Amino acid sequence: MTAQLPTAGFRDPEFARRLGRRHRAGTWYKWICFAAAAVGVLTLAVLLTDVLIDGARRLSPEFLSSFPSRRPESAGIKAALWGSIWMISLTALMAFPLGVGAAIYLEEYAARNWLNRLIEVNIANLAGVPSIVYGLLGLELFVRALGFGRSLLAGSATMALLILPVIIIASREAIRAVPGSIREASYALGASRWQTTRHHVLPSAFAGILTGTILALSRAIGETAPLIMIGALTFIAFVPEGVLDPFTALPIQIFNWVSRPQPGFHVNAAAGILVLLAVLLLMNSVAIVLRNRFQRKW
Amino acid sequence: MSAAPGPATPVPVVAPAPPAGRFKAAGNALEIRDVSVYYGDVHAVKNVSLDIPTRAIVAMIGPSGCGKSTLLRSLNRMNDLVVSARVEGQVLFRGENLIGRGVDPVEVRRRIGMVFQKPNPFPKSIYDNVAFGPRINGMPGDMDEIVETSLRQAALWEEVKHRLRESALGLSGGQQQRLCIARALAVKPEILLLDEPASALDPIATAKIEELLKELQREYTIVIVTHNMQQAARVSDLTAFMYLGRLMEYNVTDDIFTNPRVRETEDYITGRFG
Ligand SMILES: Nc1ncnc2c1ncn2[C@@H]1O[C@H](COP(=O)(O)OP(=O)(O)O)[C@@H](O)[C@H]1O
Ligand SMILES: [Mg+2]
Repeated sequence: MTAQLPTAGFRDPEFARRLGRRHRAGTWYKWICFAAAAVGVLTLAVLLTDVLIDGARRLSPEFLSSFPSRRPESAGIKAALWGSIWMISLTALMAFPLGVGAAIYLEEYAARNWLNRLIEVNIANLAGVPSIVYGLLGLELFVRALGFGRSLLAGSATMALLILPVIIIASREAIRAVPGSIREASYALGASRWQTTRHHVLPSAFAGILTGTILALSRAIGETAPLIMIGALTFIAFVPEGVLDPFTALPIQIFNWVSRPQPGFHVNAAAGILVLLAVLLLMNSVAIVLRNRFQRKW
Repeated sequence: MSAAPGPATPVPVVAPAPPAGRFKAAGNALEIRDVSVYYGDVHAVKNVSLDIPTRAIVAMIGPSGCGKSTLLRSLNRMNDLVVSARVEGQVLFRGENLIGRGVDPVEVRRRIGMVFQKPNPFPKSIYDNVAFGPRINGMPGDMDEIVETSLRQAALWEEVKHRLRESALGLSGGQQQRLCIARALAVKPEILLLDEPASALDPIATAKIEELLKELQREYTIVIVTHNMQQAARVSDLTAFMYLGRLMEYNVTDDIFTNPRVRETEDYITGRFG
């Protein structure tokens, strides 16, 4: 089918009219989408400014190095900060190998049968389970049945379970993105399945796995509900020294300060939020740096 | 492939062993006996039997989708990796059935190397690409030497000897494909399978690969799938023509092209279909 060529010159008035309408529609959509994006950014900006105005003046080395106190001016965040750092490290130690192992099994080894499909569906569902439910599980399983008590270990194990589905899903995505031709090349040279996974699949997928894991960990560091459930304490005047010590964490400390009547504690809460945000930002930057590093290995 | 002429299931006419005069003495590197491959319910390769003489270059031609790749991949157990694939029959290699249950596919693939249609170097250095196979197979000897020998065999050494530690992804398509050949040779296989190795390359790179295959023939048995009939005519000693999953004709290459005995072969080489 040949298009009807305009007889008089280059311009076709009918086409130009419709083209104008198309361009206008495009402009409209652009601004609607911009507005949608702006809502998110603006909210974040307002939130940050608000917290900064409230809390920035309270931020000081003493704030980071003091334990909680009855007097807001001398109360600090040391126990909660170290509690969070401990907890997140232990969580990573447990969740990373489990999650990556599960992802490798599901992607590289598992046959496509009903059992593995059942596992897959369950993992996807688990990622959507509210965190309070994980708190209940942690309380029953780790605190009581396994006798960990209200310890760091119980808290970290609960958090590990909570983020495990996310790590598995992110790792599977990353593993699936490794082209099949690389696997074929490796197998064709007489590599076993594990050698192929170890030397080719994992290195290629590593950046994605790492990013997914760190993002999952950033979620864990901000989680409060499961910790309240398993009874992480709010008034702790020491830094944990072992995995069976009781502990507190940043969001719990913040929650506690917010619920006090004295305005001084509200300032502390704002400062605590700034510390938590700083930790989160730090983790996300580490994720980005690691991703770029491992992606451009060559 | 559209509108296949003739009967729906053409009957193969030619016996497994070709009249391969000058190859008789050397014996057969592979004897394919009644091999069928299924993908689920699809019968992709139908009862194929043929002998691959030692140090011959055997070309497999035929319209796309006729089962060339599938047959090739069943020779070194690559079809094991396809979940839905099922292989029946026998592939005899030194008297042993490679498709048999007791045979480890890892062992088979080390003895029978493979080069794929699209160059697929690992995202590693040129050196590590070649060294990977010998390393994982625990091959003895000086690795630098193995790497150099393999690259020389693949006619790539002179082009890359100053940049062995650079990424293989920086090579041209033709160089990448020769690297893949070097990589396959590094584990010292006896047979080399190539699945349309030049179809993604320009004519000059293609000519280099063809020249290389002629060179490699002194030490290796080579089976090459190609959709390019001029290529088959140029490089191969024997040609197998496949059609709709069946082996239609297998003969000395010159005879196949000058004097095809089956109508489908003639139609195909004269360009009437495919
Ligand atoms: N992995 C697979 N799963 C299902 N069917 C396949 C697969 N690979 C190939 N086939 C089918 O098997 C037949 C032969 O394919 P193939 O061996 O790739 O042909 P050729 O290499 O001659 O073009 C085709 O009908 C193709 O659709
Ligand atoms: Mg093919």
